[in-house]
Amino acid sequence: MSDVIATNQTILVVGGGISGMTAALEAAECGKQVILLEKSPALGGRVSQLYRYFPKLCHPTCGLEINNRRIKGNKNLRIITMSEVASISGDAGNYSVKVKVSPRYITENCTACGECGKVVETEFDDDFNYGLGKRKGAYLQHAMAYPQRYVLDPAIIGTDDASKAREACKYDAIDLDMQEEEIDITVGAIIWATGWQPYDANKIQAYGYDRIDNVITSVEFERLCDPHGPTGGKILRPSDGAEAKNVAMIQCAGSRDINHLKHCSRICCMASLKHANYVNEKYGEEGQATIYYIDIRAIDRIDDFYRKVKELPNVTFTKSKVASVVENKENGNPVLHGVDTEGYHRYANEHDLVVLAIGMEPSVPADAFPVDVKFNEEGFIEADESNGAIFAAGCSSDALDVNRAVQNATASALRAIQVVNNVAGSEG
Amino acid sequence: MAEEKKVGTYICKGCGIGDRVNTAGMATIATRECKSQVTKEHDFLCSAEGVKMIQDDIDNDGVNHIAIVACSRRAKTEAFSFENVAISRGNVREGVIWVRPDTDEASETTQEMAEDYTRMAVHEVSVMTPPTPSGQSEGRKNLLIVGGGISGMTAAIEAARAGYEATIVEKTGALGGSAANLYRRVPESSPFKDPEDSGVAALIAAVDADSKITVHLNSTVTKTSGAPGRFSADITTESGATATENFGAIIQTSGFTEYDANQLPHLGYGKGKNVVTQMELEALAAAADGGVIKTADGKDINSVVFIQCAGQRSDEEGHLPYCSGHCCTTSIKQAMYFKDQNPAIDTTVMFTDLRTPGAGGEDFYRSGQDKGINFTKGVASEVTDNGNGCTVKFRDMILDEDTSTDADLVVLATGMVANAGVDIDVVGQDDPGKWEVSVDSILNLDYRQGKDMPQLRHGFNDSHFICFPYETRRTGIYTAGPTRRPMDIGQAIEDATGAALKAIQAAENAELGRAAHPRSGDLSYPSFRKEGCTQCKRCTVECPFGAIDEDEERYPQFNEGRCRRCGTCMGACPVRVISFDNYSIDTVGNQIKNVDIPEEFDEKPRILVLACENDAYPALDMAAMNGVEYSAFARIIPIRCLGSTNLIWVTDALNSGYDGIILMGCQKGENYQCHFVKGSEIAQDRMSKVDDTLQSLSLEPERVETYEIAITDIERAPQLINDMAATIEKIGMSPFKF
Repeated sequence: MSDVIATNQTILVVGGGISGMTAALEAAECGKQVILLEKSPALGGRVSQLYRYFPKLCHPTCGLEINNRRIKGNKNLRIITMSEVASISGDAGNYSVKVKVSPRYITENCTACGECGKVVETEFDDDFNYGLGKRKGAYLQHAMAYPQRYVLDPAIIGTDDASKAREACKYDAIDLDMQEEEIDITVGAIIWATGWQPYDANKIQAYGYDRIDNVITSVEFERLCDPHGPTGGKILRPSDGAEAKNVAMIQCAGSRDINHLKHCSRICCMASLKHANYVNEKYGEEGQATIYYIDIRAIDRIDDFYRKVKELPNVTFTKSKVASVVENKENGNPVLHGVDTEGYHRYANEHDLVVLAIGMEPSVPADAFPVDVKFNEEGFIEADESNGAIFAAGCSSDALDVNRAVQNATASALRAIQVVNNVAGSEG
Repeated sequence: MAEEKKVGTYICKGCGIGDRVNTAGMATIATRECKSQVTKEHDFLCSAEGVKMIQDDIDNDGVNHIAIVACSRRAKTEAFSFENVAISRGNVREGVIWVRPDTDEASETTQEMAEDYTRMAVHEVSVMTPPTPSGQSEGRKNLLIVGGGISGMTAAIEAARAGYEATIVEKTGALGGSAANLYRRVPESSPFKDPEDSGVAALIAAVDADSKITVHLNSTVTKTSGAPGRFSADITTESGATATENFGAIIQTSGFTEYDANQLPHLGYGKGKNVVTQMELEALAAAADGGVIKTADGKDINSVVFIQCAGQRSDEEGHLPYCSGHCCTTSIKQAMYFKDQNPAIDTTVMFTDLRTPGAGGEDFYRSGQDKGINFTKGVASEVTDNGNGCTVKFRDMILDEDTSTDADLVVLATGMVANAGVDIDVVGQDDPGKWEVSVDSILNLDYRQGKDMPQLRHGFNDSHFICFPYETRRTGIYTAGPTRRPMDIGQAIEDATGAALKAIQAAENAELGRAAHPRSGDLSYPSFRKEGCTQCKRCTVECPFGAIDEDEERYPQFNEGRCRRCGTCMGACPVRVISFDNYSIDTVGNQIKNVDIPEEFDEKPRILVLACENDAYPALDMAAMNGVEYSAFARIIPIRCLGSTNLIWVTDALNSGYDGIILMGCQKGENYQCHFVKGSEIAQDRMSKVDDTLQSLSLEPERVETYEIAITDIERAPQLINDMAATIEKIGMSPFKF
């Protein structure tokens, strides 16, 4: 790790998803010095795992390309991947931050030629695909990974695979002795943008995620539909690899439920509408999507998309909080039980595949946060004077869709700039 | 530039390039054929040592035009970024060796590809100049904020806190906007249980106390001209006095108007005092100020029905087709006005989908349930006066039956209509020289393309990009709050803060001559040769950002600060007088013309691919990374936007013997994905004229194809190239070989 230069006029952004990238770029493009930390080997965060965005059905990688290009052209921005904040001390305008940097085992010499990936043999569950596929022990996280540099899985260190990778590299880019490092930096303001994670579906016992193969989550479904994903874009169900044409989406899986997440996760209705649209796109009349919902929350002009999907003849909306899901042992089909509250009709509906519109929870829980800031009961960071110059951005602040997360991140960038400009002003 | 042009070509042998192609042969071509003055090969060009070799040549040998023949321009961008020199990239990794099989039969055509990309890179850079800013900006950084509601005041305060001066122009006699009429607002912080103070008074006090903020009340903007860093605005008071002031950037926070409930007679509006809109209820609540809320004619209220989506989410004529976002929580808040004062008052919210998202939304909804508010899924069909109050007829969606209920008061949740000024797609622009003030306009822009911000959908000035909500089609002017999109106060505050950042950024970058998003930081800008211009106006009309005006003699007037550097003007110009220092008819034309065209009987066709650098080009790169092969006959040139495609490139290519041409742009139409908004669409219209050219040359129409390519089309984009190769095999080679 080359020296990281930071001062109390530097802005630290924690998290390199869409919110963190945005906050970092917007501040850097105002001429500010910014350091962006990302835990994983590449930027992009959760949106890089999405096939499409609602309501435009455009591709998140399109915006990622632009953001990557902005980063490549900006000298005010320093990116440290595979890093996490270990501790924060100090006050607004003068924070000391300890950053833990995990070894990548691959240096900046890497040209992403891919030779190491060809020679290593051991395969691992691919986190990027939520474990739905495999990847090698030397890998590029995805085709648009930035920095465009390979990474070695720590599990291959000390094995033959590691030696093979090193031998295959013509550019002396593999350093098997790389160690975890801790670096100390001083910054004036901190933007916290560590985003969200899907709620643990195993906890929603009635829906059987842990015991029925053909019950998956919405984030997993997104990977199945992506042509870059583990099935090459085919909707294949886990139990038997058969194409799933009759798909159910269960809304509020974990959300709006005092036993799980109290809050509404905002994005899930739109995600399911998008998923229903995927089914329709892939199979036309042969496909059938059923959305079990409490309220369809398609706010403002996004409602246009809801109206469009409602008109599809093979998409059905059932107002119901599904009571339980059981498996038909003969064919592996999940069977949904509940009451359609519009008219109070009981149902037992069999589908090929069930997609849980899984709720969103903050990635870093309040009790694991490195410094005292104000949290609300849902675990999101609330803006408060007592937070000093620590500003939440994106889904660290609330359950937000991409558009609002970016809006919020842009606002956070200004809040951080106010602090460092103040520091600059008082120091002349 | 004073110093002499000196071209250096640097060829990388790493990543298998040296194993697959004869780099010495490429170097010979660079030197002998392309007149590269310095040509070097390197085993590992992007290494510190390789980069230093180039930097040394720049520093010590006067090399100032650099062709890097190595990997894609998307790879190792930072390593190969040298200051104050012109740089081109020849892509022989992703563009050649990764898309061709490593076989003996393929080696000849693979080598030809590599040699052509060398020629293209050297000839491109030879006609490039390192861009320098025009110096048009006056370096102003103060903000003009049009509209003094919550959004406008927030933008001003947040900008001032960062050290920037702001001027608020407010049409009415007071700050506060619509929110000033609220009794309370929906809570913005936990525990999200009760309505809270609107915050308007505190904002007004903060504005008044801030020495960096100036406020003009009873004033409107009667003329806006200029560009980021040098905007000029006429601010006119009610009495007609006008002062001209200068600004660095502009934020439009002109808010919304409540939908006209008179269009809802079936819901009983306008027939008595028992049916009110949400805003009218705020007035009643404010009058009661925590006491008993009565109807406007002084009657007691023991029961209230809130009808959600009144005239909204509806296709009926005169209704709003969209959802206004805030009305569900607003009705819950208003029901609490009654419940908090007297829990015995019966309050019912009649909804189809209750929309209370996020942490705060759901907590507030739950608090409403705890306070005893009834929520009924139903659709109201008619509200009638029953003598004592109202009868609401509705379809109960849960009981699945038509029924009715009585209420002393009915509150209609009507939606937001944007105060977006004139719709420039409907109202044409005045002729230059005949410009007049419009009282309907918010900004009165003295721009060739119209007086106000372009509207996206339903009358709002929103951005069309999910990832880039502050994308604007008038550089340096940002809209925020409910004129941009329907939104509640909480979101408007975030929106205004974000818009303040973007406005500050626009002013800062204008001073440095740097482009705004998406080509952030680009210093190149269009210049034109006046003597060649025919005043055809295509550039001024087609610019997706309204960046080009017309001067009194009707010549185009380029505004660097407003320009987004897409090159659509360059593509539009029939006489080819528009160019950028580092991107021009020649930089692309030279690449096209210097590809080696084999003779007809060699059976080696050439396919020109002009690929949008944001989507199609990355898709082809990623195809290469995934080992997808495509025809060795393709020669791919990345372009800033398909909109920058000038017909001369196509004509030149056909005349020089290319057998096929593929144009790859982004999706156009309603869900356009072109980052320059209209570039892709304009180019496709322009290409419809190619058929005439083809006819005049007696060439088959299928030799030129235009496609919409998404960045995910890693299989399809190569396939389209292969399809063209197959087409050529079928219809034969072009007869225009020399």
